[in-house]
Amino acid sequence: MGRKLLTENINVPGIQSLDVYRKHGGYDGLKKALGMSPDAIVEEVKKSGLRGRGGAGFPTGMKWSFLAKPDGVPRHLVCNADESEPGTFKDRYMMERIPHLLIEGMAIGSFALGANTSYIYIRGELLYVFHILQKAIDEAYAAGLLGKNIMGSGFDFDLHVHCGAGAYICGEETALIESLEGKRGNPRIKPPFPAIQGLWQRPTVVNNVESVMAVVPIVKMGGDEYAKIGVGKSTGTKLISACGHINKPGVYEIELGIPVEEFIYSDEYCGGIRNGKDLKAVVAGGSSVPILPKDLILKLANGEPRLMTYESLSDGGFITGTMLGSGGFIVMDEDTSVVKNLYTFSRFYHHESCGQCSPCREGTGWMEKVLHKILDGHGTLEDVDLLWDIQSKIEGKTICPLGEAAAWPVASAIRHFRSEFEEYVKNPSSIKKDNHYYRLNNISPEVA
Amino acid sequence: MNNENKLKFSNEALALSQRMIKRYPEGKQKSALIPLLHVAQAEFGGWLSSDAMDYVASLLNITPIEVYEVASFYSMFNLKPVGKCVIEVCHTGPCWLLGSDDIVKYIEKKLSIKAGQTTADGMFTLKTVECLASCGTAPMMQIGETYHENLTLEKVDNIIHECRATVVEPVSHWSKKEIK
Repeated sequence: MGRKLLTENINVPGIQSLDVYRKHGGYDGLKKALGMSPDAIVEEVKKSGLRGRGGAGFPTGMKWSFLAKPDGVPRHLVCNADESEPGTFKDRYMMERIPHLLIEGMAIGSFALGANTSYIYIRGELLYVFHILQKAIDEAYAAGLLGKNIMGSGFDFDLHVHCGAGAYICGEETALIESLEGKRGNPRIKPPFPAIQGLWQRPTVVNNVESVMAVVPIVKMGGDEYAKIGVGKSTGTKLISACGHINKPGVYEIELGIPVEEFIYSDEYCGGIRNGKDLKAVVAGGSSVPILPKDLILKLANGEPRLMTYESLSDGGFITGTMLGSGGFIVMDEDTSVVKNLYTFSRFYHHESCGQCSPCREGTGWMEKVLHKILDGHGTLEDVDLLWDIQSKIEGKTICPLGEAAAWPVASAIRHFRSEFEEYVKNPSSIKKDNHYYRLNNISPEVA
Repeated sequence: MNNENKLKFSNEALALSQRMIKRYPEGKQKSALIPLLHVAQAEFGGWLSSDAMDYVASLLNITPIEVYEVASFYSMFNLKPVGKCVIEVCHTGPCWLLGSDDIVKYIEKKLSIKAGQTTADGMFTLKTVECLASCGTAPMMQIGETYHENLTLEKVDNIIHECRATVVEPVSHWSKKEIK
């Protein structure tokens, strides 16, 4: 069993409530942090090697140290709880089960950054989680853990939860800031970076839910201890949300460094492929990252086992590798149509493009339409080349990474599964029809 | 702004709006726009008419266009009337892998409507939506604030039956019970 730093107490009955959370060491991290200097906390986070858990993997401590601190200008910590990357559901899982861990992390982070007012931006669809967080915040205020002079430290800290209204793009930090200002979620051109001009043009740090939560054990155990877990620059634990054709979908906290094969097949994690089927492909870090076929997700190009780390998953670049991303781990069995799965992703990115940049606004729509044409049985071999051409003209040509997020799945599906596209084009009768529900549940559509 | 605007929040909704506005610094009240649009949608029958949006603009002292451009950007805001129960079935990759297309087809057949349409009696609107962060419990759908997960055809039958039997007022994401 790997060490659990975030989910250790997740199944304790009543851990949602402040009383039970405190009985299990809750807010001890905040108490310790308030006795430290803000710079010392930032130093511990740097030493921990913690990397942003939302997908980009940028070192959190470094992000914190970039924050501008002009006199007399308020600054803010904003938690990105706009979890919308297909395959990713770890933040929702944590917030609904152990909301105080997020509040404690926000208080520690805000103290370290000198932010007296901070916000949690949660996606609008998760209204019930919004209420869970609000209730927990109310409890924390009543107990003097939020508000004036928290825990008698002299530090004043207000925390608010803010809801969005359905827009994947608001997970991009500058779009999130725009949305929090009551505007359309259009990403900003960087620079200036949020650390200089963020929310209301004030210095701002935006961190993912899991990153904020991880600060709590880092403060408690010290950055050096945290960094002992993991492999190389992939330190600590990571939440992986596993879904698709596996026996045990769910959220797992892993020590970074376990083999991918162990994660998929061991009973401690995914428990293998459903219905005794063979593995076909995996999207390892949320829908944006390249899909890999079975042989490449389990092993590196040189035959060594691939590990669940930032470095190992990206080994081989995009030719033979992928990314850890958000930890949204989507598993597909041997009967899956990679082309149809890709179509759902392309439709998603087309729907979610904010429309500012032409390559993304137009290109995502074209990719969706070309894939639709192929799946409709009217594709040509030129269409496959056209898809490749379109994706290559989106990547790197947009204000924010949604362009790359839309291009990479298309590029990788063609790179690794070109024969499937060609088979659909040459022999339309081979196109797999949708009967997943009926197939997976062993019932006939006619009966239902 | 239309002074003859007849739409008005209930006292509870007004009080909630004031609390929401106070979460942001002086002069930054526009930040409360999205939360207030959720409240408006709950107060005014599950959708946002231009009168409803004008009213929200007046509460925040911003121009109506600032509200329209936001309301039209976010997928949770309905700019046309919808049924009392809006069934939102996720159809992105992870849900599709576990049969969301079949769930959509099943509901379409059961309600005799296509995705995007509303039943003749005004009871149900069926929508397909993009990933709702419920991939480990796929297939799933959302009605109001409730996530219905690990769907089976039988569960779908029961949920629709339950809605028919119990729903009187429109069910929007934010409901009257949140506004208190």
